[in-house]
Amino acid sequence: MSKLLEVNDLSVTFSTPEGDVHAVNGVSFSVNEGETLAIVGESGSGKTQMVLAILGLLAENGRASGQALFGDLDLMTAGRAEMSNIRGRQIAMIFQDPMTSLNPFLTIERQMTEVVMHHQGLGLEEARAHAIEMLRAVRIPDAEERIRQYPHQYSGGMRQRVMIAMGLLCEPKLLIADEPTTALDVTIQAQIGRLISKLRAETNMSMMLITHDLAVVADLCEHIIVMYAGKMVERGTAEDIFYNPQHPYTQGLLKSVPRLDRVGDTALHAIPGNPPNLLALPSGCAFRERCASAMDECTQDPPSRSFGGGHLSRCFLEGEEVKP
Amino acid sequence: MSADLNPPVLRVQDLAVHFHDYTGGLLHRRERVLKAVDGISFELRAGETLGIVGESGSGKSTLARAVLGLIQPSRGRVLWLGEELGKLDEEALRNKRKELQIVFQDPMASLNPRMTAGEIIAEPLWTFYPHMDKLQVEERTRGMMKMVGLLPNQINRYPHEFSGGQCQRIGIARALVLNPKLVVCDEPVSALDVSIQAQIVNLLKGLQKKLGLSLIFIAHDLSVVRHISDRVMVMYMGRAMELSRRDNIYRQPLHPYTSALVKSVPIPDPKLAREAHQESWLTDDMPSPYNPPCGCIFHSRCPYIVKRCKADVPALRRMENDDWVACHRAEELDMAID
Repeated sequence: MSKLLEVNDLSVTFSTPEGDVHAVNGVSFSVNEGETLAIVGESGSGKTQMVLAILGLLAENGRASGQALFGDLDLMTAGRAEMSNIRGRQIAMIFQDPMTSLNPFLTIERQMTEVVMHHQGLGLEEARAHAIEMLRAVRIPDAEERIRQYPHQYSGGMRQRVMIAMGLLCEPKLLIADEPTTALDVTIQAQIGRLISKLRAETNMSMMLITHDLAVVADLCEHIIVMYAGKMVERGTAEDIFYNPQHPYTQGLLKSVPRLDRVGDTALHAIPGNPPNLLALPSGCAFRERCASAMDECTQDPPSRSFGGGHLSRCFLEGEEVKP
Repeated sequence: MSADLNPPVLRVQDLAVHFHDYTGGLLHRRERVLKAVDGISFELRAGETLGIVGESGSGKSTLARAVLGLIQPSRGRVLWLGEELGKLDEEALRNKRKELQIVFQDPMASLNPRMTAGEIIAEPLWTFYPHMDKLQVEERTRGMMKMVGLLPNQINRYPHEFSGGQCQRIGIARALVLNPKLVVCDEPVSALDVSIQAQIVNLLKGLQKKLGLSLIFIAHDLSVVRHISDRVMVMYMGRAMELSRRDNIYRQPLHPYTSALVKSVPIPDPKLAREAHQESWLTDDMPSPYNPPCGCIFHSRCPYIVKRCKADVPALRRMENDDWVACHRAEELDMAID
């Protein structure tokens, strides 16, 4: 399978009055054509900044280094014109909160047709027909009518579906969704999940799903990378991560998901402590202060251990040695 | 649970909150009524936790506010230790507030960014005990911080210096500083990372045991509620669909909506999640609350609908096993979850 996006040694640093914040540190991964990669981590783990850096959308005080090869083009060094040709057309991004990423003053029609008219040079009529078709694809009822409405007239789940429809308008090769279901009810989450699986089955589009909740991506991705304090701590296929997690943090994340499918299992496991302060990261493994298996070596940088088939864990321990 | 033996401390009877607004401009002005809460009754015992679950727009937060007397109900009564809150004058109600506290959803947004953690936690003390000795206030504040797992030396820090989970701990300390008897937690963990949610739920559970609190714990999904509730009420568009003991809700739900909610909780296992996705049937959005379906309010999304569901409103009724459900077909439908 060919690689659509290859990211090498990506780092992101923000200069702040309190000092430099290393939000992302030397992360490498790739996304294959037609595959979905999930990026999992807590708030502050750098997952969002990483994709913003790839798209050239970092805040002004942010600097990125490394390589992000999209075909022959390195997105990190690409010029403005090249990037605006890529963004929206070849790589589309869906942001977390559908209420704040839609313009409340414009109708859905205006916001959707603008995208295709700009990128594909379609006329208004064609653009509208295309937009209606996309709204139908994401199961907005009465699409012809509803396209004339404003965002506030849509429910939360419908707004998120509109965001997905807008992302799909130009048939991008890669769709990046940042916590697409976090702000939504579970019932709507399940709906959006079904929509994403349908898209995965019907198109050859690649996706990157960013989330803090491993459970919501369980059946929606082929590969997963787990981030902690700006570093990738584990990487593997969905099966590797869910059935054979190696890093203590990944194991903790999995255990902290409340499960309804297990009889009598009502104890709720928490990862102790809080996410580290990025301004004052501990030496060595950033997770060691919250880790039950931490030992003296952990003040050194942990090695990347391989568990076969591209499954990597950045920890001194091997899975069975990790304390539950 | 031994809570069964205690007498109820809170009685809510046929509580309703209706909001009125207007559409259609000046000439065609029409009044619309939104029944955010419509006829909810329940009892809560000392030391008991009631979970309230429902999608956004189901009226759970409005119910919580009406129970605490923060909004005027349109109908019904709230009895706290036998006293009707609606009949109290302002001063008496204000005094009752010491006993009734609330923890809000978004910990970052509900704390005043210009006050230190210590000031936020101590504020209720200043309000209710203006003559309390300064040292005593500080001692109590530090004690509260310790109790919720914060370091007393963080007393002079501002909310932005804390993580989301720590901010929620501040919110909990503030709610508990007056020694309340009832605490309403309105989605206290929804805005937090999964890894931190468990910390806060376990903290609340521990505090409840230690302090003998009665808790109302509101959430939009069933997963977190399970770990803390004795009984769970499922709400839909302002009405109670089911009110059952914790284990029954998850294994033997009586209402089709409860079963759908249980099944829509994501499972962290690729194979099981794939199967669950194929099974779930709750697809459409909630209908407009201004124009609710007639008969059973859930009938427009229910796959088990019969003629009667469109005609009659099902009452919340007691089943043989002492759980409560509002569904005409509760006896014949088997909603058990394997």
